[in-house]
Amino acid sequence: MINRPKILNKGIEKHDEHPDESHGIETLSVHAGARVDPATGSRSTPIYQTTSFVFDDSEHAAELFNLQTFGYIYSRISNPTVSVLEERIAALEGGRGAVAAATGHAAQFLTAATLLEQGDAFISSSNLYGGSITQFGTSFPKLGWTCHFVDGTDPHSFEAAMNKNVKFIFCESLANPGSVICDLEPLSDIAHRHGVPLIVDNTLATPYLCRPIDWGADLVIHSATKFIGGHGNTMGGVTVESGRFDWFQNDKFPGLTKPDDAYHGITFAETFGDFGFTMKMRSVALRDFGPTMAATAAWNLLQGVETLPLRMERHCSNALAVAEYLNAHPKIGWVSYAGLRTSPYFELGKKYLRKGAGAVFTFGLTGGYEAGKNLVNSVELFSHLANVGDTRSLIIHPASTTHRQLTEEQKIAAGAGPDVIRVSIGIETLDDIIADLKQALTNT
Amino acid sequence: MGNTIKPNTLAKNPESPKRHDHYSDRTLRSILSSVRSIALVGASTQWRRPSYYAMKYLQRKGYKVYPINPLRAGQEVLGEVIHPRICEVPSSIDMVDIFRNSEAALDISKEVIANKDDKGTQVLWMQLGVRNDTAAKLAEEAGLTVIMNRCPKIEFARLSGELGWYGINSKIITSKRLRGPHHD
Repeated sequence: MINRPKILNKGIEKHDEHPDESHGIETLSVHAGARVDPATGSRSTPIYQTTSFVFDDSEHAAELFNLQTFGYIYSRISNPTVSVLEERIAALEGGRGAVAAATGHAAQFLTAATLLEQGDAFISSSNLYGGSITQFGTSFPKLGWTCHFVDGTDPHSFEAAMNKNVKFIFCESLANPGSVICDLEPLSDIAHRHGVPLIVDNTLATPYLCRPIDWGADLVIHSATKFIGGHGNTMGGVTVESGRFDWFQNDKFPGLTKPDDAYHGITFAETFGDFGFTMKMRSVALRDFGPTMAATAAWNLLQGVETLPLRMERHCSNALAVAEYLNAHPKIGWVSYAGLRTSPYFELGKKYLRKGAGAVFTFGLTGGYEAGKNLVNSVELFSHLANVGDTRSLIIHPASTTHRQLTEEQKIAAGAGPDVIRVSIGIETLDDIIADLKQALTNT
Repeated sequence: MGNTIKPNTLAKNPESPKRHDHYSDRTLRSILSSVRSIALVGASTQWRRPSYYAMKYLQRKGYKVYPINPLRAGQEVLGEVIHPRICEVPSSIDMVDIFRNSEAALDISKEVIANKDDKGTQVLWMQLGVRNDTAAKLAEEAGLTVIMNRCPKIEFARLSGELGWYGINSKIITSKRLRGPHHD
């Protein structure tokens, strides 16, 4: 007779037939990923300023290195402050998991390194941040990765560029600098029809305005330096995995579906299922290449992201009012802002960016290059610098700065031609922002 | 047995009852904090296999795990002798965790049901990537609680906050100190 203690005395409840009510984006921005500190009860996330974490014993150490149990080893791979930010961005994007990196560019590189082998290729919209065009077009080829740039506003151009070496499609949801909106649904259809993931850089839209995973994206990348942190004081990048892409559907992703020599024969997408990509990007790409986010950086970004919804509301309303002001100004030739009815992206904006068209846009002066240069020199409140997504209003001439390394053709294709001025509208008093542009235009 | 369970590739049966698409945190926490002994069907002696990972983790969290695999019967894995069948485990089994493919889950479930009174089994759990609605229906009619397409290791780690350490979205929002589903 077997001794059978009554152990289920609490009883097992009936399964819920409906998912737990998920929280709103404002709640997630403040809470997701953060835990009451188990050691001290600290409510604010502590800055775990440490390189390393003590093992219980040799067996525990071995289990951690084998990824058989969960825990921290070394802050190059993971850190308790950084992981709060990772989980928070994953939650905001509606994803399964996330990996942070030192910068958006680092996150982008680690993502590519996780998916691409030598000789592989990908297709990217040419409506990109200039630094991404340079990274994809100039530095990636040195690693044996080819980027086919296509017209981001025409989904057919992605289909036409498809070939057997292509491993993903890349675009920006709301493209820098010219407020071009990518039609995510057809791009996702094309990618999935060819058995490859769609990767979306959601930096300028932020999850407050658009969640690309809801429209079929498989991976989402952020430069957290921009609106996520939002205060222009900290660098950071994040890649979010949707958890929905079936890596086993073909043989295009051996790094995820075959035993991995870089990690003693683990098959990442099998062992970790729907967060296999996240585990691989962290345990191999981040471990081996090393562009880690610092704990203090993660803490700064966590402070910032708590107010993301509040800031984005104001960024968007200020930006729309400024765009309307400029659009009506006699010295302004054109304004490219998806929030304006005159924008060719107005309709796509209504679909993908329901709460506003963001805060970054471009315009051109009737006086051309010289007038633009004078405007940048005449502003007082606007800061002339190479960033976007700051609380402060920012202005720059992309052709001579952020997009400088591109050819003239590439500049025009990227919406950064010689007469183009880019602004990132801040959260200052609207009248003050407009007054500054007004005085600068008077002097131009 | 060396089955490759491929998550995300579950056969989508439109007739599948929706209620097994989701389990509340309360249900999962209640199961994982009550159960003490687990028969792991489809155990592997190879340390790279997911079933080995899960067994090792569950042992570390205090569960008594009985490995089951007719092809490896008599061999040892992680300090436990592998049994060929559930009925040959010489003690009670609170929960059976099926680490086989969805098709094989039906026959295993029938075996669990046949032995449930003898072994005191109350939970039938099918691994991440394993779902068999016919098996679930039979087991529920026999009075078992059924969980499908979940990994007890991952759920334990999620509910205790460990999964978040790797940037995984736990979907847990709380301003209380988070405690894992450990035994009282």
